[in-house]
Amino acid sequence: METYKVPPNGGDEGLDTADDGALVINVGPQHPATHGVLHLVITLQGETIQKIEPHLGYIHRSIEKMCESLSYRQFIYVTSRMDYLSAHINNHGCALCVEKGLQLEVPPRAQVIRVLMGELTRIASHELWWGAMAMDLGAFTPFFYAFRERETINDIMEETCGARLTMNYMVPGGVMYDLHPNFQQRVKDFIQLFNNKIDEYDDLVTGNIIFQNRTKGVGVLSAADAISYGCTGPVARGSGVACDIRKLYPYAVYDKVAFDEIIETAGDSYARYLVRVKELRQSVRIIEQLIDNIPEGDFQAKTKAVLKLPKGEFYSRVETARGEFGVYIVSEGGTTPYRIKFRSPGFSNLSALDHMSRGSKIGDLMAIMGTLDLVIPDIDR
Amino acid sequence: MALILECVIVMLLVISLFAVLGLVLVLMERKVAARMQIRLGPNRVGPKGMFQTAADTLKLMMKEGLTPDGADKFLFNLAPFVVMIAAMLIMAPIAFAKGFQIWDINIGVLYVSAVSSVSVIGILMAGWASNNKYSLLGAMRSGAQIVSYELSAGLSIISIVVLSGSLQVSDIIASQQTGWWLFRGHIPAIIAFVIFIIAVTAETNRAPFDLAEAESELTAGFHTEYSGMKFALFFLAEYINIFIVCAIGATLFLGGWMPLHMGHWEGFNHLMDYIPSSLWFLGKTFFLIFLIMWFRWTFPRLRVDQLLSLEWKYLLPISMFNLLLITLIAIMGWHF
Repeated sequence: METYKVPPNGGDEGLDTADDGALVINVGPQHPATHGVLHLVITLQGETIQKIEPHLGYIHRSIEKMCESLSYRQFIYVTSRMDYLSAHINNHGCALCVEKGLQLEVPPRAQVIRVLMGELTRIASHELWWGAMAMDLGAFTPFFYAFRERETINDIMEETCGARLTMNYMVPGGVMYDLHPNFQQRVKDFIQLFNNKIDEYDDLVTGNIIFQNRTKGVGVLSAADAISYGCTGPVARGSGVACDIRKLYPYAVYDKVAFDEIIETAGDSYARYLVRVKELRQSVRIIEQLIDNIPEGDFQAKTKAVLKLPKGEFYSRVETARGEFGVYIVSEGGTTPYRIKFRSPGFSNLSALDHMSRGSKIGDLMAIMGTLDLVIPDIDR
Repeated sequence: MALILECVIVMLLVISLFAVLGLVLVLMERKVAARMQIRLGPNRVGPKGMFQTAADTLKLMMKEGLTPDGADKFLFNLAPFVVMIAAMLIMAPIAFAKGFQIWDINIGVLYVSAVSSVSVIGILMAGWASNNKYSLLGAMRSGAQIVSYELSAGLSIISIVVLSGSLQVSDIIASQQTGWWLFRGHIPAIIAFVIFIIAVTAETNRAPFDLAEAESELTAGFHTEYSGMKFALFFLAEYINIFIVCAIGATLFLGGWMPLHMGHWEGFNHLMDYIPSSLWFLGKTFFLIFLIMWFRWTFPRLRVDQLLSLEWKYLLPISMFNLLLITLIAIMGWHF
C-alpha cells in the first residue's frame, strides 16, 4: 500500500508554481479576514494582486431545493439563515412574494411594524459591518463599540420576536405577534443613544487619517462596471448608481416616509464606507418618523390555514443591508413552490472583487472585502 | 572566579527580570485593552486576574512545539532564541536606578542601536524557515520595516547625543540633572521625541505598524507556524522589546531615573527627590509603554507602501533637518 508523503513545500505544489514567479496564496476557507468560509485563491507578484479567484461551496445548504418541499408558511424562515444579518428583510421579501400571489392586503399596522423591524435590522447589520471593517484594517476597538449598540437592538428584537438573530417574525399577511408593550419606549431610548454614537464612530474611524489613506482610491468600481457586474446596495450606490429598491419600487410604507438615498460617486472603498455610515442616519430618520405613528388595528391579515398560490410566476424584491434581494417563485398551484430562486446581493457584489482588486496590495484587499460587506451564507445558499 | 560568579548572578537576575516583565506587560496590555474596549479583561485567575499570564505561560510550556514538515529545522528552532537573545543583550547598558546598571559601556547608546538590529535577523530566519507563504511575506515586510525605521530612531537618538555630548548612558542621564532634554531642547527636542516614539513603535512591530503579523492579512505573519514555548519566546521578546525601547526613550528624553525638578522651586525639588530613583525610571518607562499600547488599541493599520513612504518621505527628511537644528542649538548653547 502506498502511503501519502507530504511534499517538501507543504502539499500545495499544484497551486504555487505559476510560470512568471508569481506566488499563489490560498486565503481561506479558514482565514481571519474572510469572515466565514470564503476561499480566495490569490495570485501575487510580490505584494501586488494579479488575480483573485473566489471558490464557493463550503457552506452550501441547498436552501432553494429545501424550499420546494416546504409550505408557503414555512419556507420564509429558511431565508433567515441566508443573510443572517438581514433576517427580517429577507423574510419580508418572501412574505411580500407570497402576498403578491395570494393578492392579500396587509394591515397598515403590520406594514409599519415590518418597516420598523427592517430598519432596526439594517442598523444592526451596518453596525456589525462597521466594526468588522475597522477590525480588518487593524483597529480592534471599534468592533466592541459597534457591538455595544448592536446588543441594544438585539435586546429589543428578543423582547418582541423572541429571538436575537434569526427572528422569524414575518408571516404571509403580517407579522407573527403584536409588538411588546415596551417596544416603543425602548426604540426611542435607543435612537436617542445612537444619535450620539454615530458621531463617536465618525471621530474614531471616519476622520482617522490612516483609515482614509487605507480606503481612498482603493478598489475603484466605475458606475458602468457596477451595473455590468450586477452590484446593488451600498456597493453600487458608492459608485453613483441609484439602485435603492425602497425608492425605486417602494414596498410596505417606504413611499410614505421621507428619507434620502445616499449616493457617492467616487466608487472607492471610502465612498462605500460613507454610504453605509450615512445610511445609518437615514434608517434612524425613518424609525423616528414611524415610531410614534404606528396605526392601531390588526397585526395580521386573516388567511386560510393552508396557503395555495395560483399557478404562475411571482417575483418580489426588497432592499437588504447589502443590496437587492429578490424572491422568484414558480407555482403549479399546490401548497409548496414548484421552484424557488433567490437573488442574493452578496453573490453579485463578490463577483466584482477580482475586477476591483487587480493591481492593488494585499492590504488593500482587506479594505475592499470589508466594504463589500460579504456574508458568506448569503453568497453560498 | 569572582567574575564568573558575578556573571552567573547577573544572568539569573536578567532572566528572572525578563520573566517578570513579560508577565506584567502582557497582563497590562490585556487590562489596558479591556478598559479601552469596555470589557473587564482577565479576572478569573488570582485576585483581579493577576495570575492569568502565569497560567498562560504554564499552558504554553506544556504545549507541543510543532515543527512543520517542510521547514528548515535548524533555523526554525534557532530563530526564537536569536530574537530573545538580541532582546536580552540590549538590557546591559540600561540604568534602572541611580548607579544600578549592568554595564556602563562608554558607547552605550551606539551599542543599543547596533544590537537592536539583530532581532530582524531572527524574524527573517523564522519567516524563511517556516516554509509558509504567510510567514515569508510577514518576514519580508518586517525586514523592510525595521531597517527603514531604524534610521529615524537612530537620528533621534543622535540628536540627544549631540545635546549631551556623550554616548555613555550614565553621562546622558547626568546631563539632565537640571532638566529633561525633552523640555530643555526647545521644539526640535520634542519633534525628535515624537519621531522616536513613532519609529520605535514601528521597530517593535506594534500596531499601527504591525504589518509583520497583520492578522487580517497574513493570519499571524512570521510566527504563523510556531507553537508552544517557541511561540512564547517570540511573544515575550515583543514585550521585552517594548520595555527596552521605552526605557531608552525615558533615559534619553525624560531623564532616566532623574526626578522632576522645576527651576528654583526648592521645596518641590526636595519633595521629588524623596521618590526613589527606580520608581522614577519605571514610572516614565511604563508611561511610554502605555502610550504605545494606546496606539495599538486606537489606530487602524497602515498599508505596507504607506508605511515605507511615511518613513522615507516624511520622517527621515524631518529628522535629518531636525538634527541640524539641534546641532545648531547645541553649538550656540541655546538650550536651557
